[in-house]
Amino acid sequence: MNAGTTATAASCLISQGSALQIEDLSFRYRTSEGQERMWTLENLSFCVNFGEILGIVGPNGSGKSTLLKVLAGLLPPARGDIRLGGLLLGKRTQTEIARLMAVVPQEYAQVFPFTVAETVMMGRFPHRTSHWWNLGIGDETAEDLDCVQVAMVEADVLSLATRLVSDLSGGERQRVMIARALAQEPKILLLDEPTAFLDVNHQLDICSLIARLRSERRLTVVLVSHDLNVASQYCDRVAMLKEGKLCRIGSPADTIRPDVLRLVYDCDVIVDAHPQTGRPRVTMPISQTATLAAGRRSMYPTSRSESKAMRHSE
Amino acid sequence: MTSTMMSHRVPAWANSGAVLTLHRWATVIGSLLGASIGVFLLCVHFGPTYVDVRTGVSAMAHVLRFDSTGLDTSETIMLQIRLPRVLMGFCVGAGLAAVGVTLQALLRNPLADPYVLGVSSGSALGVSMGLLLGVGAAFALLPALPLFGFAGGLFALLLIYRLAQSKGRLPIHSLLLAGVILNAILTAFIMFITSIMEPNRSAGLMAWLMGSLTAPSYPALAVFVLYLVAALVMLMRNAHLLNVLTLGEETARSLGVETEGVKKQLFGLTALLTGAIVSVSGMIGFVGMVVPHAVRFMVGSDHRLLLPASLLVGGMFLAVADTIARTIMAPAEIPVGIVTALAGGPFFLYLLLWRKDRML
Repeated sequence: MNAGTTATAASCLISQGSALQIEDLSFRYRTSEGQERMWTLENLSFCVNFGEILGIVGPNGSGKSTLLKVLAGLLPPARGDIRLGGLLLGKRTQTEIARLMAVVPQEYAQVFPFTVAETVMMGRFPHRTSHWWNLGIGDETAEDLDCVQVAMVEADVLSLATRLVSDLSGGERQRVMIARALAQEPKILLLDEPTAFLDVNHQLDICSLIARLRSERRLTVVLVSHDLNVASQYCDRVAMLKEGKLCRIGSPADTIRPDVLRLVYDCDVIVDAHPQTGRPRVTMPISQTATLAAGRRSMYPTSRSESKAMRHSE
Repeated sequence: MTSTMMSHRVPAWANSGAVLTLHRWATVIGSLLGASIGVFLLCVHFGPTYVDVRTGVSAMAHVLRFDSTGLDTSETIMLQIRLPRVLMGFCVGAGLAAVGVTLQALLRNPLADPYVLGVSSGSALGVSMGLLLGVGAAFALLPALPLFGFAGGLFALLLIYRLAQSKGRLPIHSLLLAGVILNAILTAFIMFITSIMEPNRSAGLMAWLMGSLTAPSYPALAVFVLYLVAALVMLMRNAHLLNVLTLGEETARSLGVETEGVKKQLFGLTALLTGAIVSVSGMIGFVGMVVPHAVRFMVGSDHRLLLPASLLVGGMFLAVADTIARTIMAPAEIPVGIVTALAGGPFFLYLLLWRKDRML
């Protein structure tokens, strides 16, 4: 089932045997007064195949993170169905979902001094076996310890086990969160911007970790990224969102194309082949050129990534 | 347990303090229990009237034999005044620390404290209204006053939570500011109530508001202890949920926690505890913030250990503070709230000013 090639893009039509199946999904947030807003996600239909890495990309505010939360069962869809392993998501309990699907959030702000091992151990929560008489003390079974050990080895945080999470760097913390998700022993891993705010070496670490997990654990991975190159190099398929609608889904070669990007992002970029993989590689042109080519006033392509960074640093 | 599991090799980190083990739990709780008994005996020993150790031992022997006949004056002081008062102080301190731990985890904020956030003021307002309406003095109608305190505390807690909820987690300074303002408003109402009461009743109310412990009758103490133990056991049962809740609400839900139900239950328990505590001892500040902080520093953040350890340390802290309050100006007494505020306030400021990096 290890879908390593782009040929699996077409298998979306075969709905049976997909890990997640999304049919006509719509979602909108409510205002505090209970009024309904514009659709954040509108009529999305696609599926996530077993063992693939699906990237979700799109401009800021296109609903990427919201889609991930809806897929994780954290937000209830307004319309449409999500089937997890063939069964409707709403028909499963939160614990059942947690045993099949793990979420790595975009940022992890822990204010209390928990150790790395304690944090990873929290991933065992959906598998806990608690009894009323011991008040939850000594619940960790040998199996729990094993899972945590394996998860920490795989995410390469074993040497940090006794450190406090708050003392770690951004890249280390991200790996701890992935280890915590792995301790859940999920079949599906959902990641929200796993490489955001990381230096290039940590980006590389995280990306190769995700690729390794897919091949070794046979994990199905859905990852949201604003980085088109990450999506292109590491994903089997890419889903492009624009204003809550699915613009295109398919192999990176089919989606990361100048004409598609122009449609989705409203600007021109340079797309060539990656020297190692031959997959599409996106480069930002120098701003004046882009301005002239697009014939618009002050649309600097760099301003998007900058505004994103500023928004998150608040 | 099969033999294969018994012979299982435990990873190195599991026994090096990285995760809570039953052994560490038992060691910490065992030693704290021992310390608590020591502190308890010392607090009973010290008081405005000197009671020598032999009298103390003979008084204790009476307690153990359930025999109250043939007591002399010093023995009566020990049994009727000091022993119940120290017990009460210990229970109130334990309850306040438990409320502090729970609030900190729920609001994901290490500076949360029922007094600072105005939850205690809410309870105090409820109890004052109860007194104004004539719901019986002190213990005549025991469940009634805590119930008023519960209602007031719950109201304040939900208000604070709504404020803290606006963006998932309120920055610490905004939360504290909200607490200060809520405190000011609620205190204004309490002042209004005291001003329209008869002078002799309002004087008692003022003393109670400042946070003071009195020696309760044994039946009253027993009811309070039962109430407290029930609430604390319920909290302890949720300790592992508190751990997961500190990851943030969405992550907690993605781990299978039914967060809405859990939060309602925990808020209810917190308000019940605060209501009961405030109704017997008034507003004693900072115990709920200082104690969990110090304990977390020593034993780590796992709430399965943090909660019971804070409970015991909180009990010891307030028992000692109350001993200071009743001996430092003997034969006069000062409200114990003054002692805890003088000890806890500077500590709070220190955390706020010099440990910012860890708070935000």
